[in-house]
Amino acid sequence: MGARCYHRFVPAPRSPYYTEDHEALRSTVRRFVEREVVPHIDQWERDGALPRALYLAAGEIGLLGLGFPEEYGGTPGDQFAQFVATEELCRAGSGGLVASLMSHGIGMPPVARLGSPQLKAQVLPPVLRGEKIAALAITEPSGGSDVANLRTRARLDGDHWVVDGSKTLITSGMQADYITTAVRTGGEGMEGVSLLVIPGDAPGLSRTPLQKMGWWCSDTATLYFEDCRVPVGNLVGMVNQGFAAIMSNFNGERLGIAAVAIGMAQVCYDEAVAYARQRETFGRPLITRQVIRHKLVDMAQDIGATRAYLEAIAWRVDRGQWPIAEVCMLKNQATQCLEHCAKEAVQILGGAGYVLGAKVERIYRETKVLSIGGGAEEIMKDLASRQLGL
Amino acid sequence: MKILVTVKRIPDPDESLKFAGNAIDTSSSKWVANAFDEYAVETALRMAEHIGNKDRLAEVIVCSVCPKDKRQHVTQFLAMGADRGVIVDADETAMDSQTVAKLVAEVFRREGCDLLVSGKLSQDSEGNEVAQRAAGLLDLPQASFAATLRWDRGANALTVGREVDDGVETKTIPLPAVVSVDLRIVLPHSVKNGATADDHKYSDGARLASLRGITMAKRKKVDVHTPAALGVTPSSHVAVAGVTAPEKRAAGQIVDSAQTLVNKLITEAKVL
Repeated sequence: MGARCYHRFVPAPRSPYYTEDHEALRSTVRRFVEREVVPHIDQWERDGALPRALYLAAGEIGLLGLGFPEEYGGTPGDQFAQFVATEELCRAGSGGLVASLMSHGIGMPPVARLGSPQLKAQVLPPVLRGEKIAALAITEPSGGSDVANLRTRARLDGDHWVVDGSKTLITSGMQADYITTAVRTGGEGMEGVSLLVIPGDAPGLSRTPLQKMGWWCSDTATLYFEDCRVPVGNLVGMVNQGFAAIMSNFNGERLGIAAVAIGMAQVCYDEAVAYARQRETFGRPLITRQVIRHKLVDMAQDIGATRAYLEAIAWRVDRGQWPIAEVCMLKNQATQCLEHCAKEAVQILGGAGYVLGAKVERIYRETKVLSIGGGAEEIMKDLASRQLGL
Repeated sequence: MKILVTVKRIPDPDESLKFAGNAIDTSSSKWVANAFDEYAVETALRMAEHIGNKDRLAEVIVCSVCPKDKRQHVTQFLAMGADRGVIVDADETAMDSQTVAKLVAEVFRREGCDLLVSGKLSQDSEGNEVAQRAAGLLDLPQASFAATLRWDRGANALTVGREVDDGVETKTIPLPAVVSVDLRIVLPHSVKNGATADDHKYSDGARLASLRGITMAKRKKVDVHTPAALGVTPSSHVAVAGVTAPEKRAAGQIVDSAQTLVNKLITEAKVL
C-alpha cells in the first residue's frame, strides 16, 4: 500500500510525457523500495554499504537492466522510464542507495555501446542480474573533470594491460566486481586515453574506503593499481579513443544526477508538508502559518520548474539529441533546487530535521555531493558557456 | 488446468474521500488494482508455475468487469505473469454483486475453467459476495478466505486452510471449484502445487511486475465481451440509502497502568 500522496502537487499521470507503462514501472519500483529498502536503509547507512542481496532483488525485477539491450538481459526504456525509476528510488531518502545500487548506470553504458561482443557477453548479464557490481573510475587524486590530463597509466605486456596509478571517490569502489576505468595508454592529452574494464579480483588492485559527509551507504573508495594486470580483451572500444566515450558518458551521468536532485527535492517537500500538517505550534498546525506555506510554495515552484526543464531535455535526448549546454545548466538548476528544498525542509522540521534518522537531515548532508560530483557547478558553467559560444 | 482470476479496479484507498451529493466523488480518483485480487493472482501463479522448471501446470486468465478502455489493472496483472485476459466491457460501478457474479460465472463456463480464484473482497465496497455467488450460480464447491492451499493433482482436488474465528478450518474440495483468498495466502509457504518443492520459499507478498513483464503485458491476448454477448442484462437491486464519512477519530490517551486502562474501558469507553 502506498503512502498517502494527496499533497503531491504534480500528478504525473496527467503529463503528456508518461504512459501507462511508465506508471506500471513507477508502481513496481515504489513497491520494491517500500518492501526491500525502506525497512533496512537506516541500518545500511550505518553499515556503510548495501548488501549484495539487494542487487539480486533489483536484478530480479529488471530494475538494473533498464535501458540496456535485451540480448544481454536488459529492458529497453526511454529517459522518462529512467527518471521514474530514479524518482521512486529517491523516496527512500538516501542518495547513497541510488548512487551505489545504480552505479552500473555510469559504469556499464560505455561497455554496452563500445565493448566487444565477448566483453559484453561476459560482463553485462551478471551485472544486470545483480550478481556482479559495476563501477566507473575516472577521478584521480590529482583531478576529476580534467580527464585529458589523467595520470593512471596502462602499458601493453603480451596479452595483458598493466595498470599503475590510482583513482579516488569511486562510487561502489569497495564492492565493485567490474570497474570501467579511464587510463592513459598513449601520449599526453585527450588522444591518449582509453577505457578498461578492470575485474575486482585483478592482481595488483587494492582499495581503501572513504568516510564521507553523506551517501553513507554507498561504499566509496580510493583504488590503487600496482602492476595490475588486465586481459587485453577488457579494453572498451578502440585504444586511445576513450576520451569521447567518457565525455559522452558524462552527459548521461549529469542527467541522472539532475533526476536524483529532483527526486530528493520532492521528498523534502513531501516530508515538510507532512510535518507541517501534523506539528502544532502555539495551538495551531504549522501549515496554517503563512510563512510556512510560502516556503512550501517556493519549494513546489522550484521543483515544478526544474522537473519541466528535465522533461523537456529528456524528450530531446529520446529523439537522439544531446544538448550539452542544457544538460549542464539543468544539472546546476536541479542541484540548486535541491539545496533550496533541503535547507527549507530542515528549517520547517526544526529540531526534528536535525536529528539523525530524519530523511531531510540525510538529504541535507547529501546536497553537496550532487553539486560537486559528475562535474562541479563551476565546471558545468564553463562547459555551458563554451557550448553556447560565449 | 485453467484458472480464472477475478480482478477489479478500485479508487485508490490511500486517497482522501471526496463527496458529491449522496455519493463518493470518484471523478478525479486514481484507480488502482484491488489488493486482494493481487493475492488471488499470486495464488494462481504459484499454482501454475513449476519452480526450477519451465513447464506451466495451468493457464492463468485474469477477468475483469470494467470499461474496456480502463484496463490498466488488467495490464498490471498480465505484467505480473498472468497468461491472458478477459474484459467484460461495462460500467461495473452501476452493477450489484449478483450481476458481476453472473458475468464471471458465464466467462468461467465459456472458457471451460477448472478453478475460480477471487480476492475475498474488494477494498472499496467490501462486499465479500462475488466468489460465493459465482459458486452458487456455477453449482460448484467453494472454500472462502483461504489462507493456505495445496493442490493434489492426482486426486484433482484442493486442500484449503480457512482462517475462521476459532482457528483454522481445513477443507478438501474437488475441482472444479471456487476459492476466495485472504491476505495470508501470500506468505512464503502458503501455496503448494505438488510440483514445486514443498519447502520452496516464495517472497513474502504478491510478486512485483518485472520490467520485462511490463513490456510483455501489452503483447498478451485480451478478449473483450459485452454483457449482452454473455447473455446477462446489467442491473442493480441495491439502492444506496446514504453515504457519509466515518466519524473523525478522537485523540488517544496515554495511561500509566493496565489497571487504569481497564477502568477506562469500563467507565469511559463502556466496552467491557
